[in-house]
Amino acid sequence: MASLALDSLGSIDPAAPKATGANAVPVAREDAARRGVGTVRFENVAKTYRSAGGEVRALDDVSLDVSSGAIFGIIGRSGAGKSTLLRTVNRLEEPTSGRVLVDGEPIEALRTDGLVALRRRIGMIFQHFNLLSAKTVRQNVALPLKVAGVVRAEVDRRVAEALRLVGLEGKAETYPSRLSGGQKQRVGIARALVSDPEILLCDEATSALDPETTLSILGLLRHINRRLGLTIILITHEMSVIREICTDVVVLEAGRIAESGPVWRVFGAPEHPATRALLAPLTRDVPDDLAQRLLSHPAPGAQAVLRITYAGRSAPDLSALVAATGGSVRLLQAGVERIQGHAVGRLLIAAEGMQAEARLRAIGETVEGIGYVAADD
Amino acid sequence: MSPQMIDRLWQAAFDTMFMVGVSAGIAVVAGIPLALFLVTSGPGGIFPAPPANHLVGLVVNGFRAVPFIVLLVALIPFTRLVVGTTIGVWAAIVPLAVSATPFFARIAEVSLREVDPGLVEAAQSIGCRRRHILLHVLLPEALPGIVGGFTITVVSMIGASAVAGAVGAGGLGDVAIRYGYQRFDTTVMSVVIAILIVLVCLVQFTGDSVVRRLRAR
Repeated sequence: MASLALDSLGSIDPAAPKATGANAVPVAREDAARRGVGTVRFENVAKTYRSAGGEVRALDDVSLDVSSGAIFGIIGRSGAGKSTLLRTVNRLEEPTSGRVLVDGEPIEALRTDGLVALRRRIGMIFQHFNLLSAKTVRQNVALPLKVAGVVRAEVDRRVAEALRLVGLEGKAETYPSRLSGGQKQRVGIARALVSDPEILLCDEATSALDPETTLSILGLLRHINRRLGLTIILITHEMSVIREICTDVVVLEAGRIAESGPVWRVFGAPEHPATRALLAPLTRDVPDDLAQRLLSHPAPGAQAVLRITYAGRSAPDLSALVAATGGSVRLLQAGVERIQGHAVGRLLIAAEGMQAEARLRAIGETVEGIGYVAADD
Repeated sequence: MSPQMIDRLWQAAFDTMFMVGVSAGIAVVAGIPLALFLVTSGPGGIFPAPPANHLVGLVVNGFRAVPFIVLLVALIPFTRLVVGTTIGVWAAIVPLAVSATPFFARIAEVSLREVDPGLVEAAQSIGCRRRHILLHVLLPEALPGIVGGFTITVVSMIGASAVAGAVGAGGLGDVAIRYGYQRFDTTVMSVVIAILIVLVCLVQFTGDSVVRRLRAR
C-alpha cells in the first residue's frame, strides 16, 4: 500500500512518486494500490450477552461484505445490535461465534501486538467524541502517533495535516471543553485519521449534533472518503444520514439483518417492515385532508388517486404520464430525489382518464390506486 | 509564653509537617498504584484479575477499619523492622503512611472510576496499549479528583499525627496534650489549635487552587 499523505487529493500528489518508488507510478495505479484494502467481511457473527435477566442476543448470524472505499451504513432502532456489530471490526467487542475478516484476514486470533497494529489501521469516531479533557486538541490528535513511537517531527507534521484536513488549524492549543460539538467531532475525526487508516468506524457520529452541524460533519466524511479512498462504516438511527452519504446500507432488527443493499434500492423499494418504519419520517404519505375526502369507489366526475413509486434508474417522465393517461393529470404531492443517480421517491397524482392505472402500468410505471377524489378537489 | 515554649512550638510544628509530609509522599507513591490496581483488575477492567482484586480490596478495608491509635501500637514490630526504632518521628511515619495509603487509595479509586469508559474505549481504538491507557487516559483524566482526594488525605493525616506523641514523635498534638491539657496551659492549647487551623487551611487552599487550575482547562 502506498503511503498516502492526508492532503493528497485523489492521489494527485506531487510527492507520490517518491513514496511509491523510484519510477513514477501513474495516478490510477496508486488508486488501484489503495483499492482492495479496507474491506470487511462478517461471517455468521453472533454475540450473546449474559446478564442477570438471562441471555441477551445482541447479534444473530450476521453475514455481510463491506467493499473497499464504500460508505457503508448500518441502521436500526436502539438495541438492534448496530453498535455491537461495529465494534467487532476493531475488536472492542468479541463475537460469541462467527468471525470478522479485515482485508481478508481473520482478526479473532490476533494477540496484543497484532491487535494494536490492526487498530492503527482502523480509525473510530464516537457519538460523544471521547476526547481527552486533560489534553489539548494537538495532544489528542497526536496521541495515536505518540503511542506508536512515531518521531516528534513526523508527529507534528501529520497532526498539522490532519487538523488542516478537518478545518481546525487555529485550535491546536485549545482544550476540548472550549470547543463546540461540531468542532469536537472534527477533532475526533482528525485523531482517527492521523495514523492514515484504511477504515473509519463511525459510532453514531452525528447523533449528538444539531442538523446543520450534522450536515457539515457528513460533508467532511464524504470528502475524506473521496480524497483518501478509505472505507467508512457508520451506524446511525437516522435514515437521513444514510441518504446523505452512504453507498450501501444494512438494516438491523433485533440483531438480525432485515434488509441490505445499495441505498437507492433500499430507499426506493423497502421490503422489510423495520425499514419502512425507519423510513417513515422521510416518507410523505397521503396528506390527512386528502385522506379524509378520499372515496373508495369511483363516482361521477371523480378522478383516480394514484401513487407512482420510483426506485430505478430513470427520472420520472411527466409528459409520458400525461400521454399515457389521456386526460388531465394533477400532481397532488411529490417527493422524488436522486440517490446515487437513481430517481427514488413517489408521486401522488389525480388522473382523469378511464383506466389510468392500467395504462400507466402498461408503460412500466409502478402504480398503486389509493382511491378516488372529486375532480374539483 | 516562655522562649522555651516558643521553641518547643516551632519544633512541634516542624515535626508535624515533617511527619505528615513524608508519610503523604509515601501514601501517594504507594496509593496511586494501589488505586490503579483496584480499578483496573476488577471484572471487565483492562488488567482483569478478580480474585487478586478481591483480596487486595479486603486488605485495604482491613487497614481502614483499624483506628490509627491501635494501628500505631499493632505495627510496632513492623516499624522496628523498617526504621530500626519504635520511638521518634520516623517511628510515627511508618504507621502514618500505612494508615494513609489505603485511605488515599480508596479516594483516588473513586476518581479513577469516574473516568468515562468511552475514553478508555477511544484509547483502545487508536492503538493504545494498557500502559498507555494508565498514563494518558486514567491518570490525567482523574487528576483533579486525585489532587482533591490527596488534600483530604493530608488534612486527615494532620489530625492523625497528633496521636504520634504516643510513640514520642512529638508534633503539635503531643505539645497540646502534654502542656495544654495535662498542665492546664490554656495559652499553649490555643496557640496549637491556631497553628493547626492555619496548617489545615493552607493545605486545603493549596489543594483547592490546584484542582481549580486543573479543571479550568
